[in-house]
Amino acid sequence: MDFLSDQSPEMLPGNRSLPPLQGAIEAPHGTTIVAASFPGGVVLAGDRRATMGNMIAQRDIEKVFPADEYSAVGIAGTAGLAVEMVKLFQLELEHFEKVEGAQLSLEGKANRLSTMIRSNLAMAMQGLAVVPLFAGYDVDREKGRIFSYDVTGGRSEENGYAATGSGSIFARGSMKKLYREDLTEEQALTLVVQALYDAADDDSATGGPDVARRIYPIVTVITDEGFRRLGDQESADIARSILERRLEQPDGPRAALL
Amino acid sequence: MSTPFYVSPQQAMADRAEYARKGIARGRSLVVLQYADGIVFVGENPSRALHKFSEIYDRIGFAAAGKYNEYENLRIGGVRYADLRGYTYDRDDVTARGLANVYAQTLGTIFSSAAEKPYEVELVVAEVGTAPEGDQIYRLPHDGSIVDEHGSVAVGGNAEQISSFLDQRHRDGMTLAEALKLAVQALSREPGGGEREIPAERLEVAVLDRTRPQQRKFKRIVGRQLTRLLDAEAASATPTDAPSDTEETDTTDSTDTGTGTGTDTGTASGSTEE
Repeated sequence: MDFLSDQSPEMLPGNRSLPPLQGAIEAPHGTTIVAASFPGGVVLAGDRRATMGNMIAQRDIEKVFPADEYSAVGIAGTAGLAVEMVKLFQLELEHFEKVEGAQLSLEGKANRLSTMIRSNLAMAMQGLAVVPLFAGYDVDREKGRIFSYDVTGGRSEENGYAATGSGSIFARGSMKKLYREDLTEEQALTLVVQALYDAADDDSATGGPDVARRIYPIVTVITDEGFRRLGDQESADIARSILERRLEQPDGPRAALL
Repeated sequence: MSTPFYVSPQQAMADRAEYARKGIARGRSLVVLQYADGIVFVGENPSRALHKFSEIYDRIGFAAAGKYNEYENLRIGGVRYADLRGYTYDRDDVTARGLANVYAQTLGTIFSSAAEKPYEVELVVAEVGTAPEGDQIYRLPHDGSIVDEHGSVAVGGNAEQISSFLDQRHRDGMTLAEALKLAVQALSREPGGGEREIPAERLEVAVLDRTRPQQRKFKRIVGRQLTRLLDAEAASATPTDAPSDTEETDTTDSTDTGTGTGTDTGTASGSTEE
């Protein structure tokens, strides 16, 4: 990172000259990312839609990436900038690990991401915001942790579950009613896909499972064994089982009234 | 004003080469061998934290003999070169050949610059291919030349004797345990012709394993896994038709995930090893 800023500063996202503002810039935006922790790890999932204004820009965009062996980052906001930010973030974690011979602490990684988001503030003011969700397994504390960010780089650790992006309000509401602290890994996976379904139900910019095209959410899980992305089939199975139930009960599982 | 003595360029270069060679010869030797599933690095290293071998990039490993602070400097330079390349272009565009060229330039410049003392290091840059034919091993002596090696290579103090020992016995398609056994045999040869025992805890072993599912193929072999491999080699004492002990590479993938093995933040107080 330091080396990059010395050698070719124009490669860094924060050092770019800003384009003159002519109305709103049309660029693909990623939408909803959700995360939930369970004893032994954390799951992070994202829908597949990218929108540009009222248009669907891409149906099968991937918005959840491994940051390193024990952490992952999901991105909402301007897709192009976000993907590049993730690429740089991955590079930095790997570079640190190789040079120092040890991994950064989870806290350290989260702080680093915070600085990177802040460096994008000027772009964010022009409507090109990037707001990721960071989740990882803390090897020292032996538990999954979730960090959410705001557009200024403000970082806050979330307890249990979190969501970001345009559909986050609905996803958070869904998880609020469904989340329990003693979820198994499998239940946590179902929970996040349920939340994405609810987000897609009420937010036009979030994509639901696309059965015809076989496009299902990207679901990842991080435990002490490291990062794992669910295969297409696994993710399809979860989404389909939810869909099946929703055919009978369109609003999804009901929580107790009292 | 006194006139400086005239020293012929040949003499000056010979002196510098002599100086560098002596510095390198003070350190312990290390060997790099090809085996069926990749490339193995074996060396004697009393320190758990100051590594002689390390990861440069996905398929590229680095080994060095000589002065720690000097090769550590080169190693970090290599990691930076590789990471910047990979970020600017693509991960596939980082090659051992490119890296070896950069090292050769650096070492050559330092060696022939009168203002600096020559680096007392000898490097090996290795890249594992998708098949054994794709493996590349480059040896970089102190003067900045590049030697393209095949099969096995030794650098450090007793390199010549160890190389000839390895050349006679190394063959293609060895298992990891066989290659490790051969490497340890080679390293335990004394310059005088005798042999000494190298205990497992003084061995530093790392592999570039092409069968690893992860993108990054470099892996250190430590602790139980190392003793198991050394025991496996003892069991099959005659490595003529050894059973396939390739399973150990699979079983260990779950334990090795933190490539740095946790606590060893190598903040080295630069000193000549051994």
